[in-house]
Amino acid sequence: MPSAKPAITVADLHKSYDDHEAVGGVSFEVAEGEIFGLLGPNGAGKTTTVEILEGYRTSTSGSVSVLGFNPAERPRALRERVGIVLQSSGMYRHVRVREAVAHWAGLYPHPRNVDEVLAIVGLDDDAQATALVRTLSGGQQRRLDLALALIGDPDLIFLDEPTTGFDPAARRAAWMTIKRLRELGKTVLLTTHYLEEAQELCDRVAIIKSGKILAEGPPDTLSEASARYRVSWRGEDGTLISEEVDDPTELLHRLTGDAIARGESLADCSVVRPSLEDVYLELTADEASEVPQ
Amino acid sequence: MSDTTLAWRQYRLERKMFWRNPTAAFFSFVLPLIFLFLFGAVFSGSQANLDVLVPGIAGLSVMATTFNALATQMTFLREQGVLKRVRGTPLPGTSYLTGIIGSAATNAVIQILIIIVAGKFFFGLGWPKNWAELAIFTVLGVACFASMGVAFSHVIPNFEAAPAYTNLVFLPMIFISGVFFDVAHVPTFLRDIANALPLVHVINGISAALVTGAPIADHLSDLAVVAVWTLACVILAVRGFSWSARD
Repeated sequence: MPSAKPAITVADLHKSYDDHEAVGGVSFEVAEGEIFGLLGPNGAGKTTTVEILEGYRTSTSGSVSVLGFNPAERPRALRERVGIVLQSSGMYRHVRVREAVAHWAGLYPHPRNVDEVLAIVGLDDDAQATALVRTLSGGQQRRLDLALALIGDPDLIFLDEPTTGFDPAARRAAWMTIKRLRELGKTVLLTTHYLEEAQELCDRVAIIKSGKILAEGPPDTLSEASARYRVSWRGEDGTLISEEVDDPTELLHRLTGDAIARGESLADCSVVRPSLEDVYLELTADEASEVPQ
Repeated sequence: MSDTTLAWRQYRLERKMFWRNPTAAFFSFVLPLIFLFLFGAVFSGSQANLDVLVPGIAGLSVMATTFNALATQMTFLREQGVLKRVRGTPLPGTSYLTGIIGSAATNAVIQILIIIVAGKFFFGLGWPKNWAELAIFTVLGVACFASMGVAFSHVIPNFEAAPAYTNLVFLPMIFISGVFFDVAHVPTFLRDIANALPLVHVINGISAALVTGAPIADHLSDLAVVAVWTLACVILAVRGFSWSARD
């Protein structure tokens, strides 16, 4: 939990466009050194929220603070301390990898070493470092995005869907890299629509849908906080009964007591706590959704 | 690092990127020369026509290296998300644009120098008669067409459409502005339109510097028209500036 001043504070953030509300009252805090995830389906308002924090968009109402600054004013002192990986962004057609990173290094007051950053993102072999950016694969370009975001040695890094479109191996590799950011003491705000990614990387997660936060907390406690236990057993007539309860203690006591009283065993009894996936699906499912329950 | 240093670094990167695309670099310098030699061959019997053609091609070059190049380039950078990425760094927008526009201006100057040399050795013109006047009209022409290019890029919907959009402005303007022939032969209404546009005045100034040697004092009205256009284009370029593509 936040011990020092939070790196990011968002309070009752709203963003409306002409015809719809993209963000409808979002509040959360990201502590220093934390990896915080905004998890939600496409169009949930993740990118809008992050782009307000990055200074690309302005909010309709509510307040945001990033490293103590108001990002809407785009102060240079803030931009010097923040690294941004956008959902998609291009590069010069004729620039080489190392050249691009070295050029970006010159934009910051205290850049990291170029070779060190290339090594962190895994673009450090000679062929990769001297390749033209446009010849890189999608995954390699994403690594370059990260290198360009890291070169200024930022305190805070925004990662907007860092692994969308990756194959499983590339995703694992990217996760390793993002975990290294934690070791470097960086604060990370990432968005993803992959539950697995949030579980793997994040200290805390906020599940967002239709511009609202539905649940928030560490990935493994999120399921405890917002979903119930499902207790199933076979009744006296042989049918399978299941019941959802907040606390299974009393129900289990009654079931076992009844079974003992009847002198029977409690057949096919199970107590299942929903996984984060169940919570995520439940929370983000539309009313008439085809998601199996 | 100071804003000036950052602009200088950006300029150097832009120059490097320009030369790393040799075909584009080649054509941007050679195309005006092809025009010059083709029309020069057509007009070879008449020094009077050559005296019109060489400053005309110089004016065309100023416009092509700045207006056409920047309108296309800005559209590309915006559409590809390069501008958006740059926007997220501490690089000040003015330093970034100074680097890009400076690179286009460099191309304009190189082009003018090539044309001066060609004029001297192939088209019987001699060296420029008034270097200061040449410098003033080149600088003002570059400022005018560079800002026009940046402003115009806001109108271009996407990169594929960029050549069509820029040519829609460029081709009519060079035809009515006396690049290839003396504007005196153009119908009055077209001449009036041309006179309201900046290119003809840039050409008048360059012509005075290269051919007639008429002092700047004789071309103050030309200077004024280009200055007004420059001011208007700078305002449009700054006001309408967008760092990201329209969704």
